[in-house]
Amino acid sequence: MSEATLSAPVKGRSLWDDAGRRLMRNRAAVASMIVLAVLVLLAVAGPYLVPFAYDQVDKDDVWLPPLQAGHLLGSDALGRDLTARLLTGLRVSLAIGLVATTVSLVIGVAWGAVAGYVGGKLDEVMMRAVDVLYSLPFIFFVILLMVTFGSNIVLIFVAIGAVEWLTMSRIVRGQTLTLKNKEFVEAARAAGLGRGAIIARHIVPNLLGPVVVYVTLTIPAVILAESFLSFLGLGVQPPMASLGTLIAGGASDMELAPWLLIFPSLVMVLTLMCFNFIGDGLRDAIDPKDR
Amino acid sequence: MLRYIGRRLLIAIPTLFLVITAAFFMMRAAPGSPFDSDRKLLPEIEANVLAKYGMNKPLGAQYLDYLAGVARGDLGPSLKYRDKSVLDILKENYPVSLKLGLSAIAIAALVGVSLGVMAALRQNGTVDHAVMTVAILGVCIPTFVTAPLLVLVIASKLGWLPTAGWNDGALANLVLPVTVLALPQIAIISRLTRAGMIEVLRSNYIRTARAKGLPESLIVRKHALRAAILPLVSYLGPACAGLITGSLVVEKIFNLPGLGKFFVISALQRDYTVVMGMVIFYAALILLLNLIADLLYAVLDPRVRLA
Repeated sequence: MSEATLSAPVKGRSLWDDAGRRLMRNRAAVASMIVLAVLVLLAVAGPYLVPFAYDQVDKDDVWLPPLQAGHLLGSDALGRDLTARLLTGLRVSLAIGLVATTVSLVIGVAWGAVAGYVGGKLDEVMMRAVDVLYSLPFIFFVILLMVTFGSNIVLIFVAIGAVEWLTMSRIVRGQTLTLKNKEFVEAARAAGLGRGAIIARHIVPNLLGPVVVYVTLTIPAVILAESFLSFLGLGVQPPMASLGTLIAGGASDMELAPWLLIFPSLVMVLTLMCFNFIGDGLRDAIDPKDR
Repeated sequence: MLRYIGRRLLIAIPTLFLVITAAFFMMRAAPGSPFDSDRKLLPEIEANVLAKYGMNKPLGAQYLDYLAGVARGDLGPSLKYRDKSVLDILKENYPVSLKLGLSAIAIAALVGVSLGVMAALRQNGTVDHAVMTVAILGVCIPTFVTAPLLVLVIASKLGWLPTAGWNDGALANLVLPVTVLALPQIAIISRLTRAGMIEVLRSNYIRTARAKGLPESLIVRKHALRAAILPLVSYLGPACAGLITGSLVVEKIFNLPGLGKFFVISALQRDYTVVMGMVIFYAALILLLNLIADLLYAVLDPRVRLA
């Protein structure tokens, strides 16, 4: 053993270090993280890399198969470049995934933590409300929302986020119930901290594990929900593109131009798979007893 | 048990009330009316039409009328399909959705449980990895991707099955839509079964069964499987919701005369009563299925106490 190792201060391994190490050993999760990073980069930088705009119509270059006239992935019925549309669509879908998930995260964590920590009557009322909302046929309400207020992107964020927070709040409440009887919370209470401060400073940070896992699994669910709406013609409106609108368009032209269906579908499936593998990997890493 | 059922049914009433209220006012807040058409109606005629459906009253009064109607079991007439009541439409089209949904869930349960058990018995083996890959794919590939692809390959190119249509529910017309609906459910059910099975196979009573020399097949079938598929029972409610969502897409793509196809069209056409009727119908269905799932769970797992 060398001098250096002996004199170096001993650094403990936190639970998060362990989890990180376990995650890095999960090949599917690591590969997914790399692929997802590439996809995100493409979505962010992509529109600047392609010499066409996503809504640039070209009468002479309609229905081009891939690799013709500078259209890497071909063009659609209006001569718009599929690469440009696909990258824009990916960007829109990822943005919807992130924003709607954040909406559900904020509502869900606040709701669940308060219900779980305060307990008693308030807990009962709050969780009963969640139960009631759970038993609604939500897709109908999202469709009604879209029909009522017209489909604009902000509304899609809010509508989907408002649906997804229910599970989050249940998970958070369950965790809070176990946390609130732990010694460190008692210590904080004994030190005279108020309820709000305990929830914000001691409960919420310790909820992080299960919440992170569920967030990674919510993003693909949101992307799927948006594309589902787009497929029914109620989501993102043309000429704007999302993965869902591209697939819907591709499906109606698939006999003539199968590439319009195949490439968006591939990107969609790849994106969703990455999130799911990362989510599963995180769950195994953070909560190894479930393996 | 009876008291529990009674309490759950009592909770169902305010839930349904909430559903009706939210749907009613959302639908009415939408711009446009069911009587909009390319040809503008004369003001007198429009007033007559509105009066016929009681829509000349203030919105609050219409709401109360509607609630009273629902309480009597009357969902009103359709505003778009002349001479048809909402109940007629539900009765005519529900069997199609039901047949699709039931076939899909039956197949999904059968295939999903078998796959899950096979995967769990050879944990981390080739079969396990294959099944888990299928499960991930099934969750990640949306119905509106599988449906057109299957139609393109199996119906259009190979010509084995009809591309669309109902044809009174002939088997050939059912195969593709049911497959598309069942795939995501197979994925979820096989994952749930695998997880349940792996946990159960580690438990003490299975070790006991092995120790007393029971053959492995008997242990799996009689002892492990029963406990392992318990989580599936509570998945019944969400599965139903998933099928409803899926049927909106599948009925559109395959042009099937089910309720899902009606919903989006009716919402876009502002056919208030039809939309309301369907929302109420599905909400009641989901409430009922959740109740059945909870009861079933308590019957199957004596450790659960209903309270």
